[in-house]
Amino acid sequence: MSDDSGVAVLDPPVSEQAAPPPVRRKRKRHKHNLAGYGFLAPWLIGLFAFTLIPMVYSLYLSLTKFNLLTAPQWIGFENYTRLFSDERYLQSIKVTLLYVVTSVPLKLAAALLVAVALNRGLRALGFYRATFYLPSLLGASVAVSVMWRQIFSRDGLVNQFLGVFGIQGADWIGDPRYAMWTLVLLSGWQFGTPMLIFLAGLKQLPQDLYEAAAIDGAGRFTVFFKITLPLLSPMVFFNLVLETINAFQTFTPAYVISNGLGGPIDSTLLYTLYLYLKGFGSMQMGYASAMAWVLFAVIGLFTAIYFWSARRWVNYAD
Amino acid sequence: MQTKKKRVHWRAHAVLIVVLVAMIYPMVWLVGASFKPENQIFSTMNPLPLSFTIANYISGWTATGTSFTVYLGNSLTVSLCTVVANVASCSVAAYAFARLDFAFRKFWFGLMLGTMMLPFQATLIPQYTIFFNLNWVNTFLPLVVPYLLAYDAFFIFLMVQFIRGIPRELDEAAALDGAGHVRVFFSVILPLLKPALLTTTILTFIWTFNDFLRQLVYLSDHSRYTAPLGLNAFVDRASGSSYGGMLAMSVVTLVPTVAVFLVSQRRLVDGVATTGIK
Repeated sequence: MSDDSGVAVLDPPVSEQAAPPPVRRKRKRHKHNLAGYGFLAPWLIGLFAFTLIPMVYSLYLSLTKFNLLTAPQWIGFENYTRLFSDERYLQSIKVTLLYVVTSVPLKLAAALLVAVALNRGLRALGFYRATFYLPSLLGASVAVSVMWRQIFSRDGLVNQFLGVFGIQGADWIGDPRYAMWTLVLLSGWQFGTPMLIFLAGLKQLPQDLYEAAAIDGAGRFTVFFKITLPLLSPMVFFNLVLETINAFQTFTPAYVISNGLGGPIDSTLLYTLYLYLKGFGSMQMGYASAMAWVLFAVIGLFTAIYFWSARRWVNYAD
Repeated sequence: MQTKKKRVHWRAHAVLIVVLVAMIYPMVWLVGASFKPENQIFSTMNPLPLSFTIANYISGWTATGTSFTVYLGNSLTVSLCTVVANVASCSVAAYAFARLDFAFRKFWFGLMLGTMMLPFQATLIPQYTIFFNLNWVNTFLPLVVPYLLAYDAFFIFLMVQFIRGIPRELDEAAALDGAGHVRVFFSVILPLLKPALLTTTILTFIWTFNDFLRQLVYLSDHSRYTAPLGLNAFVDRASGSSYGGMLAMSVVTLVPTVAVFLVSQRRLVDGVATTGIK
């Protein structure tokens, strides 16, 4: 952003001459205020209309009782205090945290392993990249969730596969002990996006370190943990932040697999699903707004922890 | 060295192909099952139908009372409008951030990056009440209008990164010829921005087509339902009965996005790969 050097030339010479020098010096510290805000106007209007004002409004709503049809009724912090005695809410936090701390590492580990495997000048690299990427492109759709539900049903594909080895599979979707793990697996299945980012990062690693390691006779694991992983840590960090934020917001698979209820016995009641049920199912929009703000705070906390810890493990070579 | 490398590669290929087959098998099974008679869907792992039938597609197409023609048409309308709105508004904002020098630019840029991290739930309910009071609920407006105003900052960021890679000499030359910002934007930047515009087009189309929560919240009338909502209505209705139709309609709703992917996969994969790197 600090490349101001060449911008001056952009101004039409005519206007440069038209402005008297002393005024120009004061007013023209920024050379394109008019054009800048002109080009920025759509985004700025959108920022206020769809982000900033709604945020403030949502904060207000979170302090009210509101059912959309009658005016919001001020109740102070009652929504927030009620949250922590709401057993379903606490269950949804438990489920969501479990989902985030299992699905994100699973997805990133899969992405990294496949990226490293692909990064050897393999033939057909383009084919592999595209095919591994496809699930992450389609994964958020209702259709894929429907497919997942059938695969893990009692007589679905997974149990038929296990049956080949004489294993009697469970009712993965219908059993509260397992339903959650089908969601985690579905997330892991979509490792394509972080894989592409890792792959792009791997291509930029300096080769001389690897040559030096080869001369020293370093084994493959040593090379991975001592060279590749530290050099790739900025990408790990980037993917970790992004995928954590995404995981906290997961909605569609939980909704489809549980018929929109979060079951069996609330074992797939992800945060966003419960927020939807409260806000749009039972029209408790004040309560749901309070939930949204807590989610916002939790995601902020996670991001802050990542950035704080980054100093210890993210390697910025330059 | 040569021979050793070759051996390693064969093993890598073997492992990768096993992983790939395991990943893709469910989708192959889905397509195959959608062409099987109802009673054969769950009887075998073999994705190939023993007796091929399109009955599931015929029964599924109208099973929810409204035909999938309507759902798909609605989805295409929403997706295409969103694409046009998003490409136009984001490229304009990106030009301002990447090339123009105006007061508080860094502040706005930081705020823009901040909105990328904002969970959409934080604004879902207030946005809904706003659109409800505008009487826009059960129309496509709440789905499209935000994108007219560059709602998804991710794409602004993507384009800013791209514009920074375009040599400034090109705009400067145009400016010397007397072109104003509007001319520079349209005749220098936009043509060179084409790869980023294509990536934006493809991703916006696929993400919008597959979006569920926003459409679920805003559309309530079956005649306004998009493909994901139609499929969801099917699941609600079917639960237990017509699996064949449900799987067939799942395939139908995947076809447009898979088609876009197949046509554009090289461009898309390269585009996504570079968004992660500054």
